[in-house]
Amino acid sequence: MPGIHLFKVAAPSVAKKARPGQFVVVRIDETGERIPLTIADWDEKEGSVTIVFMEVGTTTARLALLGEGDSMANFVGPLGLPTHIERFGTVVCVAGGVGVAPIAPIARELKEAGNKIISILGARSQNLLFWEDKLRSVSDQLIVTTDDGSYGRKGLVTEPLKELLASGEKIAQVVAIGPSIMMKFCAETTQPFGVKTMVSLNSIMVDGTGMCGCCRISVGGLTKFACVDGPDFDGHQVDWDLLIARQRIYLDEEKRSFEQWRGQSGSCA
Amino acid sequence: MAKLDLNRVPMPRQIPKISGKNFNEVALGYSLEQAQEEASRCILCPRRPCVGGCPVEIDIPGFIQAIRDGDMPEAVRILKNKNALPGICGRVCPQETQCEVVCVLDKKGAPIAIGRLERFVADWERANMPSANSSPVSPRPTGKRVAVVGSGPAGLTAAADLAKLGHSVTIFEALHVAGGVLMYGIPEFRLPEEIVQAEVDYVASLGVKIELDSVVGKLMTIDELLGNGYDAVFLGTGAGLPMFMNIPGENLNGIYSANEFLTRVNLMKAYQFSEYDTPVKVGKRVAVIGGGNVAMDSARCALRLGADEVYIVYRRSEAEMSARREEVENAQEEGIQFKLLTNPKQFLGDEQNQVVGMECYEMELGEPDESGRRRPVVKAGSEFVIEVDVVVVALGTTPNPLIAQTTHGLETTRRGTVVADEEVGKTMKGKVWAGGDIVTGAATVISAMGAGKHAAADINKYLGG
Repeated sequence: MPGIHLFKVAAPSVAKKARPGQFVVVRIDETGERIPLTIADWDEKEGSVTIVFMEVGTTTARLALLGEGDSMANFVGPLGLPTHIERFGTVVCVAGGVGVAPIAPIARELKEAGNKIISILGARSQNLLFWEDKLRSVSDQLIVTTDDGSYGRKGLVTEPLKELLASGEKIAQVVAIGPSIMMKFCAETTQPFGVKTMVSLNSIMVDGTGMCGCCRISVGGLTKFACVDGPDFDGHQVDWDLLIARQRIYLDEEKRSFEQWRGQSGSCA
Repeated sequence: MAKLDLNRVPMPRQIPKISGKNFNEVALGYSLEQAQEEASRCILCPRRPCVGGCPVEIDIPGFIQAIRDGDMPEAVRILKNKNALPGICGRVCPQETQCEVVCVLDKKGAPIAIGRLERFVADWERANMPSANSSPVSPRPTGKRVAVVGSGPAGLTAAADLAKLGHSVTIFEALHVAGGVLMYGIPEFRLPEEIVQAEVDYVASLGVKIELDSVVGKLMTIDELLGNGYDAVFLGTGAGLPMFMNIPGENLNGIYSANEFLTRVNLMKAYQFSEYDTPVKVGKRVAVIGGGNVAMDSARCALRLGADEVYIVYRRSEAEMSARREEVENAQEEGIQFKLLTNPKQFLGDEQNQVVGMECYEMELGEPDESGRRRPVVKAGSEFVIEVDVVVVALGTTPNPLIAQTTHGLETTRRGTVVADEEVGKTMKGKVWAGGDIVTGAATVISAMGAGKHAAADINKYLGG
């Protein structure tokens, strides 16, 4: 799949403690950055943790070069608070792009807790869709959308979401995970219906344990640290514009670093 | 007897014009001749007040005598008998308020430069004695296991002392290197990474196991450690949570906690960005808010990154600053501008959420407050704006609540510190001790080491040692 990668990482102690909604912080090697990645799955018996990531910059591009049997310098977790799981009733799980990876274990555990799960899986195009079957297997109903109509229904995830909310079926909660802009529009869609909407925020982090405050966001007018107070928050309370602006802090540096890296790795090849 | 020399031998150092442009250590250390000359000033008084002034009770006259005798291995032995981290302490301890302030020479002239001599001995050892030779003989194993949480000064000291007593010790560290604040916080130009690593390696050479990337409270709880064969636990997790001011605009891009700024620069080596992947905003005009050592460190890092102007913004006057005198002078000599009696009211941003300015009040000093320092009071109508593009908030830290939240029976105060016996660090929970910033709130490296030492002695007693 273009630019999207799935790694199964041998990390027995993390696998033993992982819960849906939690994340890990990884660093490739001595010169690498520490970046947070959501836990997509884990297998305690096998001692493995699955991560899924999209190539967006130097770190993820370097990570993508690793293959079977390779190792990374650091893999720290499980971090953050687990997603709150209980029997709510009907829960709509909305996954955008790679958001399907973290949402799959959440949907699974919500299903096991006795909820009816309606999932909406969206991507820009068919070739960016994955884990459709995995999500279907834990959902009572699955709706797939693509922006370009190459597969499933043409359009954005917010369209079927709005129809479900308007259909009269009692929806207890919505869980939306994906790019910030998609989560923002999901929250805006559900707000008029008064349906609680949980989102998982992916701010920039360094340590991931509450030490630096880099990931701070505003929720309900209060400053929170996504790493220790989240990453799950009530989407109706999140200051989305601030989150999105803070995700862009290092845009220039990231671009410079990526161009330099591409130049170097190009000349080596 | 030679005439009393009332002046200390000066420390060779980089000149400020140059030091402000590189991350190499500023103070260069004594040569053997300089160390012996300084050591010869000691009158070896029988009362030995310096030993009482040291939180870890180093036999200071003893190692000074050994330097005079030219018996450096003996100086190392005496120093390391009480202090596993002499290279660190010799550089960052506030000797001027501890061992040196009580030196009898202080009344007549300059006290003996104990810190510089300590540093000299530690540096001599690193250069001249391979670590295997300096490790003491292995003690008889007691069969008892102790978990130490956090590898900062408190944890390293407790671990070293417990290992020397024959206990099997494992340190759990959340970050990818050991050393805690010594690694992520204190910059290279004041405490080189190499020095910290050498002293961490020494602690490991005593048989201490160090588990990195292990966030206790997430990967395992204290109760799980106790249930999995550990006979006692020492908590030395420090004060890692940054405090912010809670004023408008504080979440603008370009505003850092000192923890984040220093972690990016020191631990992640953002000052070598391009070779290392972690970025940091360099800034043309940088304001650092606060008057402690961390504020001085942040300001001097910002300068070295290449900022045109760096300001220390502090709401009281220079006399009330908690930073060491030496660090304030270093900052001033390198060209850091001090904006005193100044306190931010709010931060101003542009449409990209980037900080562009800081509106401040002028302050004046009123009556003393509970800290004994004169209380800063806002001058009405005094608001003015400073143009800035990077701000570092260095107002202190509080303990990370992670362990307290996940440990049954561990009592904490309203400030988030763990309640523990002042002398020996025993907490309200059985088999659990704590020491350093997690108990006192942000303080010094050496006070954390003293706490680690006393807790280790008490843990040893509890384990039947």
